[in-house]
Amino acid sequence: MKWTVMDKNDGFMKALKCRECGREYPLAATHVCEFDFGPLEVVYDYDRARQTLTRAAIASRPQTMWRYRELLPIAREPTVGFQVGYTPLVKADRLARQLGIRELWIKNDTVNYPTLSFKDRVVSVALSRARELGFTTVACASTGNLANSVAANAAAVGLKAYVFIPADLEAGKIINSLVYGANVIGIKGHYDEVNRLCAEIAGKFGWAFVNVNMRPYYAEGSKSMGFEIIEQLGWRIPEHTVVCMASGSLLTKIHKSYQEFIKLGLVTETKYRVHGAQATGCSPISTAQKAGLDFFKPVKPNTIAKSLAIGTPADGFYALRVMKETNGTGEDVSDDEIREGIKLLAECEGIFAETAGGVTVGVAKKLIATGKIPANDSAVLCITGNGLKTLDAVATGAGRTREIRPSLREFEALLEVESKIIC
Amino acid sequence: MSAKIRIPTPLRKLTNNEEIVEVTADTVGGAIAELQTRFPGIKERLLDENGTVRRFVNVYVNEEDIRFLQNQQTPIKSGDEISIIPAIAGG
Repeated sequence: MKWTVMDKNDGFMKALKCRECGREYPLAATHVCEFDFGPLEVVYDYDRARQTLTRAAIASRPQTMWRYRELLPIAREPTVGFQVGYTPLVKADRLARQLGIRELWIKNDTVNYPTLSFKDRVVSVALSRARELGFTTVACASTGNLANSVAANAAAVGLKAYVFIPADLEAGKIINSLVYGANVIGIKGHYDEVNRLCAEIAGKFGWAFVNVNMRPYYAEGSKSMGFEIIEQLGWRIPEHTVVCMASGSLLTKIHKSYQEFIKLGLVTETKYRVHGAQATGCSPISTAQKAGLDFFKPVKPNTIAKSLAIGTPADGFYALRVMKETNGTGEDVSDDEIREGIKLLAECEGIFAETAGGVTVGVAKKLIATGKIPANDSAVLCITGNGLKTLDAVATGAGRTREIRPSLREFEALLEVESKIIC
Repeated sequence: MSAKIRIPTPLRKLTNNEEIVEVTADTVGGAIAELQTRFPGIKERLLDENGTVRRFVNVYVNEEDIRFLQNQQTPIKSGDEISIIPAIAGG
């Protein structure tokens, strides 16, 4: 692996460190430990971060994810995605009543900027860091949302982009990558096969693959979602956080964000649980959690939640560990329950989520119904992507249009018929 | 007559930068043992102390994950391609 020459000033970062054996590496474009293939993670200088990252300082900064800059892995100021993050945390009273819980919040990344998914967080970090390291071509292996975000954010700063996706993705997600002028490569296979190919390509071409050789930086961007939840809740940690799992990375980073704010004294330590949500058609992590295992068995995905269809989840072990440590639960829902979850969120809160959001809502419903999330507690649901990207998935279940001619008489007749049906 | 193993970047220091190594073994486990004979030290990178494939290492025979086949007992024959790949995240 090529190590780019480092900048002398590494910001608040100290090194990359193997999560398995603890060996340290320079802050380059590299993601696995040479010894045991364990994933590398950024180590920060928390003592220095503590000096400037205070509640007052955060409050004075622009409402984007960069307000937590000390805990994001870039050496200098961000150069990609200035406007990303600080999405609304919505108090979801109507959905709370429907699901039977006292207090419910939606962290609404369906309106994240610019490509309507939480991936804009990780991509802004990865591309800012890629530019610091001197890359001019960026790439990714993606189930769709990541491809959209890499394509858009690369276009905005003139980076060349190659995105690799399963060829059978939703049309919306393919067009949402092509429109930015990115090179979109459809792979005839499922995501895990795309991933495998990209791991081989990344070693060969010297590009910044956001979720391969840039992964240690990229993954840290997800923490901003957790930082925002704490700040937007008025500097407290929610009792329950429900997070959908594909690779399991977001769940582990939400946990890490809570831990870092505790460590820096920005929030009081309180008990919290992190629950992981999967689609039954691709549920290696939740299946292992339910069986009490600390390892998972890879699966071949078959679900409408294509953005979560990773059968060999790279952070599966760590996601299981987080759920175990926080007393969280893994659960999964069927495709029908996913569609129902999307409808529930849309009809109760006016938020249209993609299939992954349906997974999160569906699992939350199950966990509340079974008492795993007690009715008297408070919960935050992380909704990660916009429903406009997966229209196909709900096209048949969303309801239907009633057509009439432009005639008042016909409209009145329609209402009369329908009121009789309702009565 | 031999199968090909594609060596991932992090292990090429051990294989004198050889990207593809040919082996004559007839199982994945045998191939790893053969690699070890030729490039001492490579086995402990791939297998843990119990001899099982490390959890962040994925091994594929002709693009199929060996966990869907017979793990290290998976048979290999001449012309097969074995890939060794670190687990990575996505979405």
